[in-house]
Amino acid sequence: MSDGERRDMGSKLSFGRGRPGRTAVTLPDCDVPLAEMPSPSLLRDDLPLPEMSQPEIVRYFTNLACLNYSVDTGFYPLGSCSMKYNPKLHEDLARLSGFAQVHPLQPIETVQGALALMHELQGFLAEITGMHAVSLAPAAGAHGELTSILTVRAYLEHRGESRHKVLVPDSAHGTNLATVSTAGFQCLPIASDARGNTDLAALAEALDEDVAALMLTLPNTLGLFDQNIVQIAQMVHETGAQLYCDGANLNALLGQVKIGDLGFDVVQMNLHKTFSTPHGGGGPGAGPVAVKAHLAPFLPSPFVGQAANGAYVFEEPEHSIGKVGAFHGNFGIMVRAYAYIRSLGAPGLREVSENAVLNANYLLACLREAYDLPYERRCLHEVVFSGSRQRAKGVHTSDVAKRLIDYGFHPPTVYFPLIVDEALMIEPTETESKETLDAFCEAMLVIAREAEEEPELLRSAPHDAPLRRLDEAAAARHPVLRWQREDQA
Amino acid sequence: MTSSPKDRRYTKEHEWARLGDGEAMVGITDFAQEQLGDLVYFDLPEPGAQVRQHAKLGEVESVKAVSEIYAPLSGEVIEVNQKAMDSPELVNQDPYGEGWLLKVRPADASEMDSLLSAEDYDALVATAEGGQH
Repeated sequence: MSDGERRDMGSKLSFGRGRPGRTAVTLPDCDVPLAEMPSPSLLRDDLPLPEMSQPEIVRYFTNLACLNYSVDTGFYPLGSCSMKYNPKLHEDLARLSGFAQVHPLQPIETVQGALALMHELQGFLAEITGMHAVSLAPAAGAHGELTSILTVRAYLEHRGESRHKVLVPDSAHGTNLATVSTAGFQCLPIASDARGNTDLAALAEALDEDVAALMLTLPNTLGLFDQNIVQIAQMVHETGAQLYCDGANLNALLGQVKIGDLGFDVVQMNLHKTFSTPHGGGGPGAGPVAVKAHLAPFLPSPFVGQAANGAYVFEEPEHSIGKVGAFHGNFGIMVRAYAYIRSLGAPGLREVSENAVLNANYLLACLREAYDLPYERRCLHEVVFSGSRQRAKGVHTSDVAKRLIDYGFHPPTVYFPLIVDEALMIEPTETESKETLDAFCEAMLVIAREAEEEPELLRSAPHDAPLRRLDEAAAARHPVLRWQREDQA
Repeated sequence: MTSSPKDRRYTKEHEWARLGDGEAMVGITDFAQEQLGDLVYFDLPEPGAQVRQHAKLGEVESVKAVSEIYAPLSGEVIEVNQKAMDSPELVNQDPYGEGWLLKVRPADASEMDSLLSAEDYDALVATAEGGQH
């Protein structure tokens, strides 16, 4: 595509393309008797649908698809999203007819292979997290969070305890706050200390008999391991509260440490992050929940168990919170995660986290001279910089992000976590080569120089994308939610 | 950083209150709007609602994040600035004038004394900015 065509693709819809009367297919002559339309008034001719030839349509959608940016086309260092490369073998396996063609209502004796996979995956995830039982039902990470907190609530209610508050550190994932509110609890934020750990004094002050749980993201959204975790677990448990781990950042810990051994009672995992299942385009994802034995009876159904004769069966835990979704969860995603775990094995999974952490620290080392590091520590799987030095020159983090597009990279997560001024949150993942990391660092260093010497270049970026800088404020203030014909707009 | 208007008082959370005849005008500071970036939405209580000093008053949403707004004074909300609700950019452009948020009938006007003076607020902002660079 020429630059002009790319811009055209970015801005012009299929409406207005083609010519009236043009069609993509030629229908054969009608060979059955014609019938009267029962209600001719139902026929409308006011829909200005595009009338295009077949090559016009094919080129339109193919060119549109070429504008996509994905892990398959380039580096995608979106912090806290673990945008790792997904091996294509897993796609082949998920398409095996025994997996892809099964129906959720088909007799259970005909899907024993699928159930065996789920049963084994439950066991793998329990082993990886150091927990006792796993529910595969939740369909996404935040859904897993909600399932976890509802499980905790059911457990506490079963014990006759009425607790109303959930504590969430300010370095947690933003979804945690929504989970707490949705589950009917009051959310209390806990400050971080100067090292980026949970502030123990603030925690001690907030902990009382009314606290149901502490939701801790580990490593937190600063990419840092909470060095106080053992003490935190002790403090939380002394008040009878439950300790929940947001496991979305499990990519940093695979094979290094078990969440359960740290004292956590419940953790959700994001298969679409850590276990390399695709998560472009919004899903589907999977957010299995792993719990210690005391919470197991409250997990959602179904749970895959094994009868005395060895047959796999769907079971409902004794005090289950019930269903959290239709049928059995996102099975196709489970197949891919299973394949990932089996093909890497325990040593391979350990290498995943080693390389994820190594790559993030490589970026930290390469970029720390050019960008401010808010916490003087080695990071785990992601590194958070602050663009405050650039802001002093009138360049904001959003400008740095937009300029990266000109250099061919997907921008990192920006303005999160909120506790870092002008945050740039970069997660390279383990699947990137040193050459790719070097190319990204080179672009970031050039951009830091541009911020000093030619700040306007950043403020007006991107220059080479199909569309230039979009007005995000106008889009939020006056959203245009559907296309309208010009004469009706 | 230009100095903040001296005809009103401030909170550490970057709200301001200006006492008039039996009512107080409430808004967010220039520093707050600058930090938040382009504002897109406000969630504020209806007229008639009771607010308590330093308790959560509402929320402000910018293209970057959602933040809480705290009440500088206790009292009853008597008016919401509809112009600012319809055009949040007013608060970016003129946070101390056209971009006011609420009018409150103060329950206890002496609460104003517990708020920061313009000088103290400017000193607070200078420290915050210094810490960030």
